Amino acid sequence: MHIPDGFLDAKTAVATTALSAAGLGYALRRARRELPPRRVPLLGLSAAFLFAAQMVNFPVAGGTSGHLLGAALVAALLGPCAAVVVMATVLIVQCFLFADGGMLALGANIFNMGLVGTVGGYGVYQLVQSILPGFRGRVAALAFAGWCSTVLASISCAGELAWSGTVAWGIGFPAMAGVHMLIGTGEGLISALVFAAVARTRPDLLSAASPGDAAPRLRGFVVLGLLATLGIALFVAPFARPWPDGLERVATTLGFRGRAAAPLLQAPAANYQVSGMGPSVMATAAAGCIGAVAAFCLAVALSRLLVRTQDDAGNLRA
Amino acid sequence: MVAGSMALILAITLTPAERPEWFAAEGALIMSLLVLFRVSPVLVLRRLLLLSPFVAGTALAAALGPHGAGWRVLALRSGLCLATVILLSETTRFGDLLGTLRRAGVPDLLTTTLALMHRYRFVLAEESVRMARARAARSFTKGRRFAWMSSASLVGRLFVNASLRAERVYDAMCARGGSP
Repeated sequence: MHIPDGFLDAKTAVATTALSAAGLGYALRRARRELPPRRVPLLGLSAAFLFAAQMVNFPVAGGTSGHLLGAALVAALLGPCAAVVVMATVLIVQCFLFADGGMLALGANIFNMGLVGTVGGYGVYQLVQSILPGFRGRVAALAFAGWCSTVLASISCAGELAWSGTVAWGIGFPAMAGVHMLIGTGEGLISALVFAAVARTRPDLLSAASPGDAAPRLRGFVVLGLLATLGIALFVAPFARPWPDGLERVATTLGFRGRAAAPLLQAPAANYQVSGMGPSVMATAAAGCIGAVAAFCLAVALSRLLVRTQDDAGNLRA
Repeated sequence: MVAGSMALILAITLTPAERPEWFAAEGALIMSLLVLFRVSPVLVLRRLLLLSPFVAGTALAAALGPHGAGWRVLALRSGLCLATVILLSETTRFGDLLGTLRRAGVPDLLTTTLALMHRYRFVLAEESVRMARARAARSFTKGRRFAWMSSASLVGRLFVNASLRAERVYDAMCARGGSP
């Protein structure tokens, strides 16, 4: 999903750079204030961890293999502000050392994967966690959050490419979202497996990450979430026109895609006068809706498989 | 060097599609720089090929789109930009890049994180390879489910090790009088 140079026009590059600079600057300030000095080196080590973790292959089918992307996992482990810093670091190094993602497109890549991916993933993680109780709920929440963060980032990427006039929305959105709905399945699965593995060996690392400091973390999440929403509204809204209302838009961009995609289907097709709203976009939106429900069910099933009994869950939490 | 690459990429991005001779000039400039700095052409080609699937895919998507003719310019443009970044990464050390960022006023939490990441990237990569080898030596079970479970526990273990190492790094920083 790394956008190379030459794919974005000037206005998109400027807008995404401004948005991601604002988001990264804010995340840096908050992380500086929130993190105890003891945990500051953890940011660099987590970024290095993501690099190493991306080298570990997970066999898929027919000789191909996938690897972790990590936005949702890092957000769940470290909190949204620290996760934005970690992801931005990874993307900066990938850009300068490996030419993976362009220099002028760095802002867009940080926005998609660093901001939308982490904040969206974190939002979904918190939301599902509040619905499903216990450790099982946390595993299911992370599996679903991994899926959502991948799909959200790809939608944002498709929006930017369409806004630049590089790839038409009617082609880019189904292609990007479709592929990443599959990739997201693997991402959610790997994230949840890794999370459960950390919980088995060092549960204290997880408990140190979530409770207690929830209130300041919420503020950081809200500000970053607003930034991500603003960006998506800018890039995606011109193409996905008749939105039901502002609330739905916020809900969608914050990550509740499964729910918010439904009104797109109920609206009469006659309303879709904007050229980007072809049948393929409708089909993708419908598939996304079904996919989100399926991914959620898979996530819950996975958590049942991974965390056999509630007794087991109790042991893991203790 | 960084500023030069940025300027070159900016120029490539802004070059109008109707002026193919400008692209030729930019390409010639990059080629001559590559020769000047003695960057191995095999390496540049290999990295270009490694990185081009996304470029090819998007160019294909653009070719199918309404403005079908644009895909050649698109592929050319991003190929040239890729070559520029490869040139930069082959000729500039990471420490110099960091120095440039620091002088440009990037917050020190970010530069510290970048520096630490660069320092421990190889350490953790080697650790993961070592753990994978140990696992391969000890496990005889075949099958995808087992591979996924053991890879996941490897990655989980890697995170635990990374966070333990972070604490040790902090202690070492304090012992040397640093104040992060």
